[in-house]
Amino acid sequence: MNAVEIVQVSAAWAPLGALLLLALATVATGLDGAIAARAAGHPWQQGLRLPWAETARLLRQRRRTTVAADRLLWRTAGAGLLVTALLKIVVVPLGAWTLSDMSVGLVWFNAMDILVWALVWLAGWGPNSAHSLIGGYRFLGQALSYELPLMFALTAPATAAGSLRVGDIVTAQQGLWFIVWMPVAFLVFCAALMGFSVWGPFSTPFGADIAGGVLAETSGIDRWLLLAGRWALLTAGSAFGVTLFLGGGAGPVLPAWLWVLVKTGILLAALVLLRRRLPALRPDRIAAAAWLVVLPLVLLQVLIVSVVVVGRG
Amino acid sequence: MLTDIVFWVLAVIAVAAGVAVFVVDSMARATYALAASFVAVGLSLLLMNLEFIGVITVLMMVMEMAIMAIYMIMFMGMNPALMPMNMVHSAKGALSVAVGTFAVLATGALFIPWPSRRGVTGTDLTVALGEALMGPKMLVMITVSPVLFATIVAAIVLAAPSGRYDRLGDDLRRRSATARRPEGVQR
Repeated sequence: MNAVEIVQVSAAWAPLGALLLLALATVATGLDGAIAARAAGHPWQQGLRLPWAETARLLRQRRRTTVAADRLLWRTAGAGLLVTALLKIVVVPLGAWTLSDMSVGLVWFNAMDILVWALVWLAGWGPNSAHSLIGGYRFLGQALSYELPLMFALTAPATAAGSLRVGDIVTAQQGLWFIVWMPVAFLVFCAALMGFSVWGPFSTPFGADIAGGVLAETSGIDRWLLLAGRWALLTAGSAFGVTLFLGGGAGPVLPAWLWVLVKTGILLAALVLLRRRLPALRPDRIAAAAWLVVLPLVLLQVLIVSVVVVGRG
Repeated sequence: MLTDIVFWVLAVIAVAAGVAVFVVDSMARATYALAASFVAVGLSLLLMNLEFIGVITVLMMVMEMAIMAIYMIMFMGMNPALMPMNMVHSAKGALSVAVGTFAVLATGALFIPWPSRRGVTGTDLTVALGEALMGPKMLVMITVSPVLFATIVAAIVLAAPSGRYDRLGDDLRRRSATARRPEGVQR
């Protein structure tokens, strides 16, 4: 395998990056719809239309307002999830090209997933509705559980590469992908990825038991932005997982940029397929497990990586 | 030129959002106005090529404000902080102290003879920062961290519903009572 030299491209390519992100998110949503349709006894092809049908339905819907809503914060938060996902992929290299080769790309990604803390809570706060607010609090409750393990899971590849620059982390995986010798960090990253996307087992802030939670009072474009934002976050997170643990663009025959897309698609599909096998996790119950079991495990992982790095000299 | 424009835009946002903290009438708006102010400060640190400190400032401040909003609303006495409320106490005194402090600091910043740079910056400022923290500043860090951590734990022990008042009774005399709600990994 040849080492890929990561180069920073002009910001004019950013719209293409955004399009790729949305395209992958649409495919994932379609796959999820197909599985749901099949489970409901309909032909699975019907479900593939789900992202387009939902978009068409929501764009024609009237915007809902509530009494004494904090409209500024509500709308900002609604649009923010999608923007955050776009800001995340700024540091994800597509093969040899990256939009920003900043020296602290890993910390940038982490800072962006902290933005989700503010945004989901604000989206719950905005409509002045009890169910929405409970959803917002649920999210912060689970965020406290997944964020620290996530931070240490991100530390492992950075330690191995000796750099916070995402390009260096990809280069350091030439020959041996990080997933091989840091599987715990990878699994924790995948769980946290579902956490900051408020998705799958971590979707109780949007739960049906609280009338949709953060989604409860939204309709039309506001609802679309929240739903699309979650899928975009999941896609951006998968792309970053591929970059950190699955060798980025490394692979035979195909060009590097295509490998990044293929691997991201595979990781996304795996998450979508896994979703229906996992129970919803109650935010108040996962705290103890996250801090007493997962956190020590991932710290142990970082210790092993550090020892290996020191041993290699 | 571009750097100047970015600096001024960020500076205006930082100050305006800082003012908004005291002008708005909602706990959530005040909290996140403060967060916006800090984010602008963090991003302006990027202009000095302090990338790690800039991005970590954004990270820490947004996280901190998200948590702070919960605590402020949770502990805001008899006033349900979900309602519109005034964000200032004893406005006149506070305003004079604030203006006075700002004047002193701004005068100092403008009139102090700034020293010229000695030596050159390292190639990787993040590495330099890490070495300073783990090397000569280590004593400070290992003193400050346990104190901060103990403060956090003590505050949570006092405030948590299944904390010591729950187990030990209001006068803390009851011994070895179990928590009202089960806790830990096994529940």
